[in-house]
Amino acid sequence: MANQATAYNPRELQACVASKILEDKRSVFVGTGLPMIAAMLAERTHAPGLLILFEAGGMGPQSPVLPISVGDSRTFYKGIAASSMHDTMSLTQAGYLDYGFLGAAQMDVYGNINTTVIGDWDRPKVRFPGSGGANDVGSLCQRTIIIMGQDKRRFVEKVDFITTPGYLDGPGARERAGLPEGSGPHRVITQLGVFGFDQATKRMVLLALHPGKTVDEVQENSGFEVTVSDAVETTDPPTEEELRILHEIDPTGMSIGK
Amino acid sequence: MDILMEGEGELIGWHDPDENRKWILQNKSRELRDKRMSVREAVDTFVHDGDFIAFGGFGHIRIAMALLYEIIRQGKRDLVMAGKTAVHDVDLLIGSGCVNRIEVAYAFGHELRGLSPAGRRAVETGQCKVVAETSNAGYQWRFMAGMMGVPFITSRNMLGSDTLKKSSCKVVKDPWSGKPVCLIPAAYPDVAMFHVPRCDVYGNAQIDGTLIEDFELARAARRLIITTEEIIDIERIRDEPDRTAIPFFLVDAVCEVPYGAHPTEMPYLYFFDEDHIGEWLRLSKTPEGARDYFDKYVHGVQDFDEYLERVGGLKKLSYLKRVEQFQEPMQAPWLKK
Repeated sequence: MANQATAYNPRELQACVASKILEDKRSVFVGTGLPMIAAMLAERTHAPGLLILFEAGGMGPQSPVLPISVGDSRTFYKGIAASSMHDTMSLTQAGYLDYGFLGAAQMDVYGNINTTVIGDWDRPKVRFPGSGGANDVGSLCQRTIIIMGQDKRRFVEKVDFITTPGYLDGPGARERAGLPEGSGPHRVITQLGVFGFDQATKRMVLLALHPGKTVDEVQENSGFEVTVSDAVETTDPPTEEELRILHEIDPTGMSIGK
Repeated sequence: MDILMEGEGELIGWHDPDENRKWILQNKSRELRDKRMSVREAVDTFVHDGDFIAFGGFGHIRIAMALLYEIIRQGKRDLVMAGKTAVHDVDLLIGSGCVNRIEVAYAFGHELRGLSPAGRRAVETGQCKVVAETSNAGYQWRFMAGMMGVPFITSRNMLGSDTLKKSSCKVVKDPWSGKPVCLIPAAYPDVAMFHVPRCDVYGNAQIDGTLIEDFELARAARRLIITTEEIIDIERIRDEPDRTAIPFFLVDAVCEVPYGAHPTEMPYLYFFDEDHIGEWLRLSKTPEGARDYFDKYVHGVQDFDEYLERVGGLKKLSYLKRVEQFQEPMQAPWLKK
């Protein structure tokens, strides 16, 4: 393996693993945080033809550094276009976005995401920012990739509030609700491993563990029973080159940590 | 069409299309006249207690901050905010008590900087009420319907989610495909406020970089106040008519306010003032701290010029310019977590 790094943090690992899922010559709609840096890493490594779009209208930028915000000027620096939200959201709805890339606060076994409230909506215990562009991404991109931290409070049987639809309550539910055919969550990357979704049941399935992590750890950190694939793989740790690129993109460590 | 489902969220800012047309015909002038006025006069004239307000830009990008501070200075109350892509803007307005009702696509968060202490405290204690949820495209398309002068437009986002359940949208069976589609009701904010890089005295404005939601919002809002980095001659507008984002007849007031987006980012011109935003985030962890912030930067200064001096004057602004133009690396207090 090309120059595996010996020291890396979970965020660097997640970014590297996530970046490999994005394919060259495809488009990705990117949300705040780790999704941005993972997409930029993909573009600088195996997917130079990856087209990155941002909700505020930035398309295909060549920024030397990570944007702070999905709406800031770095999202269209030397870009293909600096357009509008109506444009990017319409393109997404019409089928031009292969991948959507999100973070999540809370997720259930069907990949439904909560970023709105913990507790009752009318008088919440905790109020989060709300959907932002997340619902739009999860509803309208063909395949959504989610990066998030995993523990029992975050991987839950049922989310307090479905901000962003995953597979709702099972097979066919998205299409019955009117969401685009065949769309939905594709991969979830946590600090423990990578999950996919069973074709038949639409429930989350563990596909790969990060180096040194175990199935038991995954189960201990989940509020629902995790189905385990027959052939669980091990993800590749970051290479020195990938880490170098990550730190070049994010010199302050605002996303990737120090 | 069968109505399959109706959102429980409160419908704000909707008008019957004929009602809004009548309002436009009676209240908006097509006259090419000099609309320059002070920030004080613009807010006093066009922002009223109880108004449904919306800011252009993106929460902490290209926000009409001079107008926002003036709203706080004049003690406007019971404002209903379009929490479209709200970040720093809504946090100050809720923290100051000016806004107490909000329809949320995004609010209470500062993206990478973390969650907003003042905004969240207000919602969690019941001081600010979230009247409805939506998504970014949901809000964007509310303004699209308003711009088009129709009661709603259709979309495919939000279907099946609790965001939809708490929205003011409805779901019907599309008569062509037979599939459920979302109906997003029009929104006509009472007043929208934008900051632009340049416009003429009549309000013809250009916007550099992304338009975000401003093209539609300018056409949906009943009143539109623009602050501008610089006033240009109308001949410049006429030399490049394809660059006009906002034609004059949508605009009610023009205020010349260089650096008028501070501390938010103005694309190509100046970066976020992370120190200043960080100061707000730190102080607003408590209600007393938030009050201190407003005393220092709003009530304790006569106007926006004095505010700019207080935040560091030319030295600070030149620094922000250099960071925006990649000549200096960014720094932020919230990075040293």
